[in-house]
Amino acid sequence: MNAAIFIILGSIILSFYLVIKAKKGKDMDLEQWTVGGRGFGTIFMFLLTAGEAFTITTFLGSSGQTYNNGGAALFIMCYGTLAYIISYFILPKIWRYAKENKLVSQSDFFVSKYKSPYLGVLTAIVGVISMIPYLIVQLNGLGIIVYQASYGLISPTLAMWIGTIVITIYVLISGIRGSAWTSVVKDFLLLFIVVFLGVYFPIHYYGGFGEMFQAIQTAKPGFLGLSETGQSPSWFITTVLISALGFYMWPHLFGATYSAENEKVFRKNAMIMPLYQLVLLFIFFIGAAAILQIPDLKGEETDLILLSLSTQTFDPWIVGLIGAAGIFAALVPGSMLLMTTSTLVAKNIYKVLKPQTSEKQISNLAKYLVPIIGAVSLFLSLQGGKTIIALIVMGYSFVTQLFPALLFSLMKNNFITKQGAFAGIAVGMITVTYITLTNTTVGKLFPFLPQSIKDFNVGIIALALNVIVLLVISLVTRNLSVQSKVVENKGVS
Amino acid sequence: MKWVKLLAIVPFIGFLGGALWANKVTPFVLGLPFFTFWCSLWVVLSSVIMLIVYMFDPDNKEGDIK
Repeated sequence: MNAAIFIILGSIILSFYLVIKAKKGKDMDLEQWTVGGRGFGTIFMFLLTAGEAFTITTFLGSSGQTYNNGGAALFIMCYGTLAYIISYFILPKIWRYAKENKLVSQSDFFVSKYKSPYLGVLTAIVGVISMIPYLIVQLNGLGIIVYQASYGLISPTLAMWIGTIVITIYVLISGIRGSAWTSVVKDFLLLFIVVFLGVYFPIHYYGGFGEMFQAIQTAKPGFLGLSETGQSPSWFITTVLISALGFYMWPHLFGATYSAENEKVFRKNAMIMPLYQLVLLFIFFIGAAAILQIPDLKGEETDLILLSLSTQTFDPWIVGLIGAAGIFAALVPGSMLLMTTSTLVAKNIYKVLKPQTSEKQISNLAKYLVPIIGAVSLFLSLQGGKTIIALIVMGYSFVTQLFPALLFSLMKNNFITKQGAFAGIAVGMITVTYITLTNTTVGKLFPFLPQSIKDFNVGIIALALNVIVLLVISLVTRNLSVQSKVVENKGVS
Repeated sequence: MKWVKLLAIVPFIGFLGGALWANKVTPFVLGLPFFTFWCSLWVVLSSVIMLIVYMFDPDNKEGDIK
């Protein structure tokens, strides 16, 4: 037994304490469970958003990405910031509408705005198939980090089992409140660890930031900028833009915004949240430090660079703290994903198929689904494999397809019909699936275009088709309904 | 003062345009490669710009709608 294990176990116990504290004196109906009775203030919402957005994928994946791709890895910091700026304008409107109509899920929003339960089913399906891979990645990350931080004493499989059980229990006990309270510990711990590592590694191994970047520039000239082709400036621009639009379309992030106590919360957070993105800069430093220290890592090994560099540098108790930060970084988003998936299935899919189900039954069903979806995700994550990474990339493109229909629904005179919204999202989904499965790029589809356009993020094609179909079908169905009304009126007169 | 919201476009130009005109490793600024410095600078500027938007946005003058 070493110090690392005690710290890891201690952090799990601490998270349970927080979850039980969060539940105190609250009756957990569906509204309390999913949106915390809409009572979260600015600081709580800040911590929850940071807690959800800053996942284990960011922790392990971004440092690996810096190691692999150099300057291109900065795109996460950039799109996150732009997403918060967009949030200033759209979240207050979404929140107000959700409060007036007592909505609890993202799909509720589409159902209510477009007066179509079937649009709710479609958006719920989009959400579920995007969120389950996301949850799987969290569990896998948890397995890796606990295995590494415990120096191999706790196997990844055991860690994933424990992780799933912890997430399940804690979603069941206190819903979003548990996630928010755990976020408080998580955000501070992660901030501390990341800043510490990001400052310590460059100084310890190179003597300073300038020295480190000079050394990398000498060894790999231009690596810290964007490349000429592939992850080029035009790739960067389109990827940042699409990701910024898609960010709040994740159902667990979208739904969590309902829990704010008033709309000012979002405007305040839009100025504070960008600064939290600077945490990613320190992760960039960690990844950069590894480039020359542990060279020649390939593929999945690069996700481990943060831990490899830490275990070769520090005493076990610091590694234990890093492990604990990683566990929290998986638990908070994991619990939100699990809760949101269950709610979507119960409320926006099951209820539409069986309309006579009561609210109380739906609320119970959502909770019964938690362990089931947890078990399915655990089973899939134990299967492992690289396909999961492809699925999460696809998930991001999927949820982005909800953006056009959402944006139009926020306008005062929305001329988009429910058929238009449905068809647009469906076409977007089909395009994303086709593109992902066939590994298509813009360059492959249009080989005659200049290189800078070939490097466009391929998601832009799906989004463009989505908008075109959305507009065309809306115009057609609108005209049809106007005509049929005219006919009806004539019939009456 | 509704137009103050238009300021929010500036960070988009900063980040997206930066990929075109700030995509270089040298010169180093504050020890950071130029592109890294540029992106970090715009994260901070975005926060400042949103502070200005917040201060002058008439929507925030009204009391909280509870």
